[in-house]
Amino acid sequence: MQQRPGDVMTMLEGILLTIVTAATPLLFAAIGELVAERSGVLNLGVEGMMAVGAVCGFAAASTTGQPILGVLAAIIAGMLAASLFGIVALFFVANQNATGVALTLFGLGLSGLIGDSFVGTPGIPIPKVNIPVLSDLPVVGRLIFGEDPFVYLAVALALATWWFLFKTRGGLIIRAVGDNAHSAHALGFSVLKTRFLAVLFGGACAGLGGAYLSLVYTPQWTQAMTAGRGWIALALVVFASWLPGRLVVGAVLFGAVSILQLHAQAIGIGIPSQFLSMLPYIVTVVALVVISRNRALLSVNTPACLGRPFVADS
Amino acid sequence: MRKYVVALGAVALVAGMVSGAEAADKIKACFVYTGPHNDGGWSQQHDMARLEVEKHFAGKVETAYVENVPEGPDAERAIERFARSGCNVIFTTSFGFMDPTIKVAKKFPDVKFEHDAGYKTADNVSIYNMRWYEGRYVQGQIAAKMSKTGVAGYIVSFPIPEVVMGIDAFMLGAQSVNPDFKIKVVWVNTWFDPGKEADAAKALIDQGADIIVQHTDSPAAMQIAEERGLHAFGQSADMSKFGPKAHLASLVDNWTPYYIERVQAVLDGTWKSTDTWDGMKEGLVVLGPLTNMPDDVKALAEDSIAKIKAGELQVFKGPITKQDGSVGVADGAVADDKTLLGLNWYVKGIDDKLPQ
Repeated sequence: MQQRPGDVMTMLEGILLTIVTAATPLLFAAIGELVAERSGVLNLGVEGMMAVGAVCGFAAASTTGQPILGVLAAIIAGMLAASLFGIVALFFVANQNATGVALTLFGLGLSGLIGDSFVGTPGIPIPKVNIPVLSDLPVVGRLIFGEDPFVYLAVALALATWWFLFKTRGGLIIRAVGDNAHSAHALGFSVLKTRFLAVLFGGACAGLGGAYLSLVYTPQWTQAMTAGRGWIALALVVFASWLPGRLVVGAVLFGAVSILQLHAQAIGIGIPSQFLSMLPYIVTVVALVVISRNRALLSVNTPACLGRPFVADS
Repeated sequence: MRKYVVALGAVALVAGMVSGAEAADKIKACFVYTGPHNDGGWSQQHDMARLEVEKHFAGKVETAYVENVPEGPDAERAIERFARSGCNVIFTTSFGFMDPTIKVAKKFPDVKFEHDAGYKTADNVSIYNMRWYEGRYVQGQIAAKMSKTGVAGYIVSFPIPEVVMGIDAFMLGAQSVNPDFKIKVVWVNTWFDPGKEADAAKALIDQGADIIVQHTDSPAAMQIAEERGLHAFGQSADMSKFGPKAHLASLVDNWTPYYIERVQAVLDGTWKSTDTWDGMKEGLVVLGPLTNMPDDVKALAEDSIAKIKAGELQVFKGPITKQDGSVGVADGAVADDKTLLGLNWYVKGIDDKLPQ
């Protein structure tokens, strides 16, 4: 693809495309954490699970030459990392915050170990979707019809999660377990099993988010390449007040601010770059404050048992 | 830890018995890295030089390294542990290790310390760094020759003199070819975040830049240039693998000559505290490989490199006008090292406002 010199339409299209890709890894990781938190588990290990997913995805893809195997490996690796958290925090009732942070540190270290021999190797490019005519439409063409497959997957996942959580019995059980574990237990639902599955789903999604970074976003592996995106995903879940729709908005908003600040710099509008770099975080904090003011809405959506361990009294 | 010390003692004992000479015949050189030893950039280049040291002194020098050491108080512990464990010379390879190095050096007067990129010395602390700006100048010339839009995008980390010097040198090189050349600057406020570096490259390209230069560590920007069919320069290590068609030239750090020289000095007992700032002439700064460019551009680059090595071409030779129109370097004068190491102004023609 030869770059046309920057006319306004091309620039606009470029900006929108970049925003969507910046939002995608965050959306993946956050949607998984949202489900885990809806079941009442706060897993602070998102960053670690992403790192493990990123490295396993990259390793599998470059060893086999099949990106799809990389994606699968990342999902499995994320789930394995999550199961570690699940076993320790749920079945051994260890402190969830401490276990989560430990998982992050462990994941970052482990990923460095696994990825040792893959540093400095370029990954295999994954082709973008290309539909004749539609993908060539001005501005929206590539935005709607010409993204990489992961972007569509992320949006579909967010939709499916919303449908599952609020329209199915399974989703109802997850929410019940997250809101009042003891009542759910009394009704005969297995709190720990439900939570464990939710945590596994969170791991799978975080793994996918990591794989997106190492396979698509920047097809390469280096230690700590997740660069804090797991933590952003955690913040986005609160930002979205545990609602998948808002999560999409939040991820795009965060992506937009972080991309637009780069454009503002390149245009040279003279705002200090340190301030611009802070902007995405400032916007997140301000949005959190605004959301927190609506207490009624917040209390409806906040999982009441979030972070509280469950031990069945028998 | 104790096991480690015992093992070390055993090694020293065996070495002593085998060579039958004094312990001073075999020394230990230790390296402290801020990133992983295989980060594909900054720390990896230091580690490659460490391995070369080991090879060069076959058997006479033992090396050790510790990686992922955060800059700040934690570094002090890592450096001190090395000093206690019998290292004769310790190379601390990041700006943020400056104060910890000085602190530990005070406690261990018999150990030699070498700190990279800082400015504080002591009787047993030397400092060393590279004149990367020499390579940046040549990159600027190549960029101005290769660019169709006449605009380069420059991804930078933090507004420190080292980075500003690079931007200025790049612009001076570009202006020597095309006086109207433009550069767009984006500060990402990090040395390493592949995602953010990629975002910055995309933003710069979307705004019309067709050559990407970076003063950050990951090869992400190179990959974006490759994807968009444009050109880019590599940083720290040879990044041509990440952009087989995009790569023009990488600014490669080659620490080997310096490390060999310094370790030799420790072996000889001639080590003294020094302040070294070497460039292309000494073989530390290497611009290469030159790829994806027509022969005339390559010839120009090679000619400039030869002239810089011979001392015929001075990058910061006046007249240089500052961005605000005042005199940066007077006609005929050459900026001295002190001016360069404190550089905090842009040359005329750069549109960005320098963060203060």
